[in-house]
Amino acid sequence: MSEIAIQVEELGKRYVISHQRANGDGLRHLMQETLTAPFRWFREKKAKGCNSGVSHTEEFWALKNATFDINQGEVVGIIGRNGAGKSTLLKILSRITEPTKGRITIDGRVASLLEVGTGFHPELTGRENIFLNGAILGMSRADIGKRFDEIVAFAEVERFLDTPVKRYSSGMYVRLAFAVAAHLEPEILIVDEVLAVGDAQFQKKCLGKMKDVATQEKRTILFVSHNMAAVSQLCSKVVWLHEGSIKEIGATDQIIRSYMECRLSQTSERRWEPEQSAPGDDRVRVVGARIVQNGCVTGVVDINLDFRIEIDFITFQHARNLLTGVNLFDANGQCIFNSVDWRDSELQTGRFCKYVTIPGQTLAEGKTSVLIRAVFYEPDVMSAVIPDALVFDAVDSEHPLTVRGHYKDSWPGVVRLRLTWSDAELVSTCSKNKLKDLL
Amino acid sequence: MEKLIIEAGRQERHYWRDLWRYRELFYFLAWRDILVRYKQTVVGVAWSLLRPFLSMVVFTVVFGNLAGMPSNGVPYPLLVFAGMLPWQFFSNAFSDAGNSLVGNSNLISKVYFPRLIIPAGSVVVGFVDLLISGVLLGCMMVWYGYAPDWRILVLPLFLLIAIATSLGTGFLIAALTVKYRDFRFIVPFIVQFGLYISPVGFSSSVVPGNYRMLYSINPMVGVIDGFRWALLRGQCEIYWPGFFVSLGVTLVTLLSGVWYFRRVEKTFADLI
Repeated sequence: MSEIAIQVEELGKRYVISHQRANGDGLRHLMQETLTAPFRWFREKKAKGCNSGVSHTEEFWALKNATFDINQGEVVGIIGRNGAGKSTLLKILSRITEPTKGRITIDGRVASLLEVGTGFHPELTGRENIFLNGAILGMSRADIGKRFDEIVAFAEVERFLDTPVKRYSSGMYVRLAFAVAAHLEPEILIVDEVLAVGDAQFQKKCLGKMKDVATQEKRTILFVSHNMAAVSQLCSKVVWLHEGSIKEIGATDQIIRSYMECRLSQTSERRWEPEQSAPGDDRVRVVGARIVQNGCVTGVVDINLDFRIEIDFITFQHARNLLTGVNLFDANGQCIFNSVDWRDSELQTGRFCKYVTIPGQTLAEGKTSVLIRAVFYEPDVMSAVIPDALVFDAVDSEHPLTVRGHYKDSWPGVVRLRLTWSDAELVSTCSKNKLKDLL
Repeated sequence: MEKLIIEAGRQERHYWRDLWRYRELFYFLAWRDILVRYKQTVVGVAWSLLRPFLSMVVFTVVFGNLAGMPSNGVPYPLLVFAGMLPWQFFSNAFSDAGNSLVGNSNLISKVYFPRLIIPAGSVVVGFVDLLISGVLLGCMMVWYGYAPDWRILVLPLFLLIAIATSLGTGFLIAALTVKYRDFRFIVPFIVQFGLYISPVGFSSSVVPGNYRMLYSINPMVGVIDGFRWALLRGQCEIYWPGFFVSLGVTLVTLLSGVWYFRRVEKTFADLI
């Protein structure tokens, strides 16, 4: 049985982003646009030959030229970095938004689960929400009635069925929401990142349920996740999206391996050339960045020692309150921290270099990627946001003060801080007899 | 199983069938809004009686007693209430529909369904309120010993027109509010303004004859006149040419509302 369930041909989705957020999409903007339209038209017509169309909107292809097929009964993972177009693809497939070009042919009833608990109303009881949420996900009242007991048992909320869900703990809420979704019976199921919520035990249960659905009931599943472990457990095939296009499609293990390798290849120094097309806009452009430890540019950072992230940028006009910032991410894409230089600043036009020092004994070991940002506060403009601008290996050294001490095995934690412990103070003594009793 | 094709700019061929298929969601959303509407209020459903009742009292005092407007032989409170009924329905449905899409943005950005369901659901909620206040009107009629005649059988027709007006304007305003949030501020103003330019507190017979045509461009004029005619034994005559103008405006509003809504529906998820 290898009939095609979903056929995607040259799919593309374009968004138009306006840079002047202050103007927005309000009525005033519309009026202003309408009033100035004739003049603009005239000006543009006049300037046509000169190729000087200065527009404050920019096109952005969230998804371009995606072509792939999914067979019936296949479980397909979709991976890629944030902003790679995964969610856009799912939104188009679930008919929430319209593609700009291309075509999709779907054979079968689709249910999509882009969020857990969509449409849950806090004022309604658990019972009422099961019916409401079921209807939202496309189940008929009869279906829900038939599976009601199963849903309740799966969610483990029997005692609270008639309590408004606003009184639920967040864990109960998520369990109930997933339980409804897990009992959908579509031919094609589209799932986005829903396993990212809930406690570990429940996540395991959900994953198990999805596995059952896939293997026993032979349904087609599209599964987006950042959790590579979950993807490799569930999926037989993976689509890897990168900056809106498909980078690779193939067997799960192979694609995940090359994805991990590619995502985090060491980049200790970056230079964006030519400067006119470096990330940024007509006010500021980031032209270079590097990681420096012990006075040298390096891709391998000793976590016990200070190091710094240096950013080179050019200002093209007098820049007031340019906020620079960095985010550090670990190998799982988890943000370790965010740092912004909030100080007021006045910069003339020119080339600048700025650095931030990350103290030793902060980071944990592993691949770490750096996102660089240059933002203006007023008006709120993101001039440059560069994910994975730099990638380095954080390693533990034979430093005498290393946090792990003599312990050589894996050391958990997103950060690795050196903390101060107090000395043990004697609270009371135990007599030998008492000790015997205790033992 | 039929294949579903998604393409840029493609009009959904089965949109109306889909709408039918999603009727359960429609019931559920309306049911949710009705359930939630008076949660955590002390008087609860009584609000849908209190509001029109209090407005009726004020209007009777102001227009009937102070201004001494003619009542065509009908007890003035009944005259006001018969007009208040469709007006409250329209204004509730209209303002709820306006906010409905934005208020349900989490649904719109996460699930597919024909979006017409959401503003239509607001109209249903308004309709339930209308039925509840209809009971109050019945009580008032008993109190005044005023029995309607055969004309009440035509009332469903006017109800339909009232629903069509609410749907048409509701679709339009809901779709516009998604893109231009300014309408959130315009809607309360329209509702307040409309209360005074519609014949709610007075009979439309006070409008001078040569202006009645113009007056009837307001679709609620036809609806309110129709309600009064059907409920009050025809003692408030309908100005028929004006009624058909109102009816025409209603139909145009409904069609253009649906048309505009359908045209921009697919961009909701990107804009909201």
